Amino acid sequence: MNSVIQIQDLKKIYRIGDQEIHALRGVSVAIHEGEFVAIMGPSGSGKSTMMNVIGCLDKPTSGEYFLDGQAISQAHDDELARIRNHKIGFVFQSFNLLPRTEAVENVELPMLYAGVGTKERRRRALEALMAVGLSERIHNKPNELSGGQQQRVSIARALANEPVILLADEPTGALDTRTSMEIMSIFQRLNDAGKTVILVTHEPDIAQYAKRIVRFRDGQIIEDGPVMDRRTAALPEEVA
Amino acid sequence: MNYLESLRLSLRSVKVNKMRSFLTALGIIIGVAAVITLVAIGQGASNSISDQIQGLGSNLLIVSPGQATQGGIKLGAGSLNTLTLDDVNAISKLNTVSAVSPDVRKTAQVVYRNENSSTSIEGTNADYPKVRSTDLQSGRFFSKFEVQGQANVAVVGTDVVANLFGDPSAQVIGKKIEVNQMPFTIIGILTSQGSVGGMSSDDRIIIPVTTAMNRLFNMSKVSTIFVSAKSSDLMDQAQADITSAIRIQHNLPPKEDNDFQITSQAQILNTAQGVTSMMTALLAGIAAISLVVGGIGIMNIMLVSVTERTREIGIRKAIGATRGIILRQFLIESVVLSLAGGIIGILIGLGGSELISRLTPLTAKVSLSPVLFAFLFSMFVGIVFGVYPARKAASLNPIDALRYE
Repeated sequence: MNSVIQIQDLKKIYRIGDQEIHALRGVSVAIHEGEFVAIMGPSGSGKSTMMNVIGCLDKPTSGEYFLDGQAISQAHDDELARIRNHKIGFVFQSFNLLPRTEAVENVELPMLYAGVGTKERRRRALEALMAVGLSERIHNKPNELSGGQQQRVSIARALANEPVILLADEPTGALDTRTSMEIMSIFQRLNDAGKTVILVTHEPDIAQYAKRIVRFRDGQIIEDGPVMDRRTAALPEEVA
Repeated sequence: MNYLESLRLSLRSVKVNKMRSFLTALGIIIGVAAVITLVAIGQGASNSISDQIQGLGSNLLIVSPGQATQGGIKLGAGSLNTLTLDDVNAISKLNTVSAVSPDVRKTAQVVYRNENSSTSIEGTNADYPKVRSTDLQSGRFFSKFEVQGQANVAVVGTDVVANLFGDPSAQVIGKKIEVNQMPFTIIGILTSQGSVGGMSSDDRIIIPVTTAMNRLFNMSKVSTIFVSAKSSDLMDQAQADITSAIRIQHNLPPKEDNDFQITSQAQILNTAQGVTSMMTALLAGIAAISLVVGGIGIMNIMLVSVTERTREIGIRKAIGATRGIILRQFLIESVVLSLAGGIIGILIGLGGSELISRLTPLTAKVSLSPVLFAFLFSMFVGIVFGVYPARKAASLNPIDALRYE
């Protein structure tokens, strides 16, 4: 199996005034293609920092990070932007869709930055929206969509550039149980189709949908193992 | 991502936030419209003053008395009363001159039955309408013979008719009025010329110069002589001819200074245009300040917009927008807004100038250069005041920006 993510002895130190905060204290982990990993831990455990580093939003203080074989640790800001654009699909807790912008245009945005042509962009955006079960309401603006629908749009956006990993930060945090299950079923389906999914969550229930759980505490990995009784989300009825 | 896509993205953002976009552009709209309208008013005023000076008569030369000198100190212009009707006759014989008209004036009491008014009385000769480009609304001007005969005839302005007869359209030809208790018969009415600087040009009575000097006011000197040169090419020659003719009349020895002076219409025009162009520059300066303020307004709102859109910028960066793309988007937005503001401002400025010309006594004349200036300046403002907010937006850290509420 190819390792999509290869992390060695990763440290991240924030300086606030004279104080040094060790958010990550030497983390090593490898994630392979087709895995479904849940990163868990209480707040302040370093899981958010970990997710920022994995997502190329933040650079580690020291250590090595290879994403899809490419060294990230020393990359410049613009290189990181391009890597985020091509290799990572973000799904956020608060959806982070552009307001006053149609769903389909939101999905097109990463392709716009990647330089995909207008027609191809629209075709792939519709395809991605189909893949998350949203074929109607695609011309609605985010504030005209339910939470579940907005999260589907944001998953579609994450899929748009066919990234090597899907990185979801508390994707169900703002959703009710039923809708959460629907969203998790989408992740499971995408994972079944071969997509590598990394899920950051503090909810044990949600983590049970993954195949592997990595637990953080005080900036270190304290547990890393397969999920014992994995939950499978029932296939949701197509949402109109 | 190419420039066309960037432009499209910026246009979308402008369109999506209509109110904000409008407010941003408002400063530029007002500034550009103000520049165009104010400069147009200045130009219009300048043109109308030029027209009025040209309306004094064609190829006009004005001979006025010189300055008296007392112990080497020059007194004010007109302090010497040196011009006479003989000078007028001498000038009229010159072959570079087509017409000559003397001018004496004094304010006098005018009475018709119970009504009276204090009016400027001008004494002149039959050449007056020709020299001073004056038209009559009705009746006729007095003739050479009436001037020679010192006739009691008067040509009156429309204000005089209104003041004495109560109705500007009253039939007054043939009616008798009294000036300083001397009866005059009205033979003509001047075409109204409106007022200049609050002074009416229609409140005056024109009578034969001989009547005015010999019978009414007992004057021996003429205050001004208006001369029409035969053509505009002959102005300088005419001026020289008049100078030598009057010097001979006044028996001035060769080394003595002129005791009179000659001003040409062109000189008056130059002076007046100097004043009006100064006024136009002043108006343009005031308007330009409002343009700068408009530019700062754009920077302000773009800066607020960066803060307000921090999260949006964070999202864009997280999904792959580079610094350059964000910079470009914000810069294009501010340029688009300033340009749109500039164009709307130009339209409002043109419309405003037109309205002012139609609804007020002012005339506004739009010329190309302030329009071009305003347009280029608004583009410049967009770039200059757009760079700082755009740089600020581009350098935001995506993590902080995403966390921003």
